[in-house]
Amino acid sequence: MYDSIVLRTVARFMLPLLFLLSVFMLIRGHNLPGGGFVGGLLAASAIILQIIAFGPDYARQAIPVSHLQVAATGVVFTALWGLPGLLTGQPYMTAFWLPEPIPGIGKIGTPVLFDIGVYLTVIGVTTQLAFILAEEPLFYPMRKKATPSEPVAPEA
Amino acid sequence: MTLILSLVVGTLFAGAVYLMLRRSVVKLILGLILLSHGVNLLIFLMGDGLRRGEPAFVDSVTGAVSANAADPLIQALILTAIVISFGLITFIMSLAYRANQAVQSDDLDDMTLTDKL
Amino acid sequence: MDNHLFLPILMPLIGAALAVVAGQRRMLARTIVLLATLANLGYGTWLLWLVDAEGRQATQSGDWAAPFGITLVADGLSALMLIVAALLMLTTLIYSFATLDGDQERFFYYPLLLALLAGVSGAFITGDLFNLYVWFEVMLVASFGLLTLGGSRGQLEGGLKYVVLNLIGSTSFLIGAGLIYGVAGTLNMAHLGERLTTIQEPSLVTAIAGLFLFAFGAKAAIFPLFFWLPTSYHTPPVAVTAIFSGLMTKVGVYSLYRVFGLIFPNELARFAPLILTLAGLTMVIGVIGAVAQTDIRRILSFHIVSQIGYAIMGLGLASVAGLAAGILFIAHVMIVKTALFFIGGAAERIYGTAELKKMGGLAKREPLLATFWLIGILSLAGIPPLSGFFGKLALLQAGVAQQAWLITGVAAGVSILTLFSMLKIWNEVFWKKAYTDVSQLPRVPAGLMIPGAVLALASVALGLGAAPLADYSALAAGQAFDVSGYVVDVCGVAGCDAAATTVRQENTQ
Repeated sequence: MYDSIVLRTVARFMLPLLFLLSVFMLIRGHNLPGGGFVGGLLAASAIILQIIAFGPDYARQAIPVSHLQVAATGVVFTALWGLPGLLTGQPYMTAFWLPEPIPGIGKIGTPVLFDIGVYLTVIGVTTQLAFILAEEPLFYPMRKKATPSEPVAPEA
Repeated sequence: MTLILSLVVGTLFAGAVYLMLRRSVVKLILGLILLSHGVNLLIFLMGDGLRRGEPAFVDSVTGAVSANAADPLIQALILTAIVISFGLITFIMSLAYRANQAVQSDDLDDMTLTDKL
Repeated sequence: MDNHLFLPILMPLIGAALAVVAGQRRMLARTIVLLATLANLGYGTWLLWLVDAEGRQATQSGDWAAPFGITLVADGLSALMLIVAALLMLTTLIYSFATLDGDQERFFYYPLLLALLAGVSGAFITGDLFNLYVWFEVMLVASFGLLTLGGSRGQLEGGLKYVVLNLIGSTSFLIGAGLIYGVAGTLNMAHLGERLTTIQEPSLVTAIAGLFLFAFGAKAAIFPLFFWLPTSYHTPPVAVTAIFSGLMTKVGVYSLYRVFGLIFPNELARFAPLILTLAGLTMVIGVIGAVAQTDIRRILSFHIVSQIGYAIMGLGLASVAGLAAGILFIAHVMIVKTALFFIGGAAERIYGTAELKKMGGLAKREPLLATFWLIGILSLAGIPPLSGFFGKLALLQAGVAQQAWLITGVAAGVSILTLFSMLKIWNEVFWKKAYTDVSQLPRVPAGLMIPGAVLALASVALGLGAAPLADYSALAAGQAFDVSGYVVDVCGVAGCDAAATTVRQENTQ
């Protein structure tokens, strides 16, 4: 956490903007470059920005969900949208599309919903990683060689 | 272009092997990172020729793919490989960090507890 | 199209995600994982029957026609491995319910176990080389988590070596997959099998086959790539060690069977002497390492290496009979090895130590546990009528039939050393007089006894039902070497190149 007024001000503004951009990326994804993975990374980077600017405690309060559960929900959601194929006697992950595109969003089908699952999974996993690394309480410098005089670290 | 990329792959592999043969855990991990980059470039080289400017999108009218389109499969393969190596490297870095806390050393020769009789 | 082939991957994967969502509600999480594993076991049984009756099953994910889509194929070998994997996972769950404390369960132990099962099942059932890589990684990530869960110093040190060496193995697998895509222009196993027979640069294919031997050899812990195994396998909780001993290395062996049977059948003849040499060295070094150890789990860890030698010997004989023997043997060793870890773990728990010198007199105190241990070690050494005898007999028969005298002699000799090393544990833990008053020791809870008992009895059953199992393994080995049949089942009668041309024409119209 860096104590910088510029960073904190910018981070406060960037949070909604980055989330919007990530959703835009997600929706744009199935016809143009973008998609659930990139969108998820963008959303996660929005949260990581909060961690850097305000510290992990604040970031946890600002987004009060269990990130691993978000990821797991994403996996279930992803797996779920392959099932319509199986139930209609076609292979898993067979795509189904609505006949008409919805204005402003585009064609909607199971691959889009699949992508939303990917989006959730990526957000959950990446933020969880960032939190684990950020909340590490002590920083031990990497040591060259163990010397006998040093106390043995207690087993974690 | 193929020649340059081949040289880059070779350099990355050489650097990776050199780093992995060091005793330091940090350098070992750096070597693994270089190795995964080298492999990604190697897969890139294995595609159906290196072309630029023509993604493998289907033409909306004719339904055909341009004859000069770049090989999309290697891109999918590399993306998958990058994601996997990203996850694995993150895991191994945190593991090395915890190991460093427990052993108080960056030297692999100090990590012989489980090998001793 | 056999769409049910997605189930053995989907059920554990969804189960794992649901168990994460269940979070701290322990009973709910336990119920979910138990149900998912039982479903996989039931499905595996049905698939085994189906493959036995109707032959190979294949499907294409996303309805993308082969060779473009990701193919899933189940043949005799896959079905057998699936059912054994699910059985081992079920016993591991029972053992975990009885032994783990809340702390370990809190850190996503069950989701990791199920993710491991999903990865293993996916690796067994996929028909695409790159997809095999992906399932390997799913399995490895789960195993990394399980191995280091708890974070003691030994686990961290052993885990670091395990992770690094497995990562190097995976990377060489990826290099091989990339190179083979450059050479053959496909990653579908059926398509590869078809194209590599008429390839322009045969020497390049030899090099790639060597790379795959290295990659899967590192996973299977064959000599000289086995160092990561004895240094890491004895560190995690017993349940984790047991499931690793049953599954992880065997997936490497399965991949060797699959890749050399289907993609590189011509290279197999060239590599056979090397593979046989490695098999012999693996057997001998593993068993000698075990003789030197005095800790139950370390002894058993070295025996995993030694037994891998036998499984690789089945491949190195490069014949249908040899591979059939290898398949028979590997099904046996997965079950027996896991059973021994369970029973050894129960003994370890009673005494609070795994040092042989500090134990003793358990045969009088726990006669049932001793009986199951005896069944396990006799089976591992290859005493009739247990399953190990038939596995080894088939291997020796195949070796004699091909006049591979040296490896056959080594295999027979190593069996005796195996029995010797196992009897050491028997003498020290169960037979010798105890230094302490054994009646003060705690009794073995049923939860620790049942998993080992189930697997030991399964070994007896496999021994008694050896005839149908031998027939089945012969069928599986025949299917594993049958490239043209595999191509027909995946791509249709005309072959994969013709199928690819048809799809291209349909799309441009």
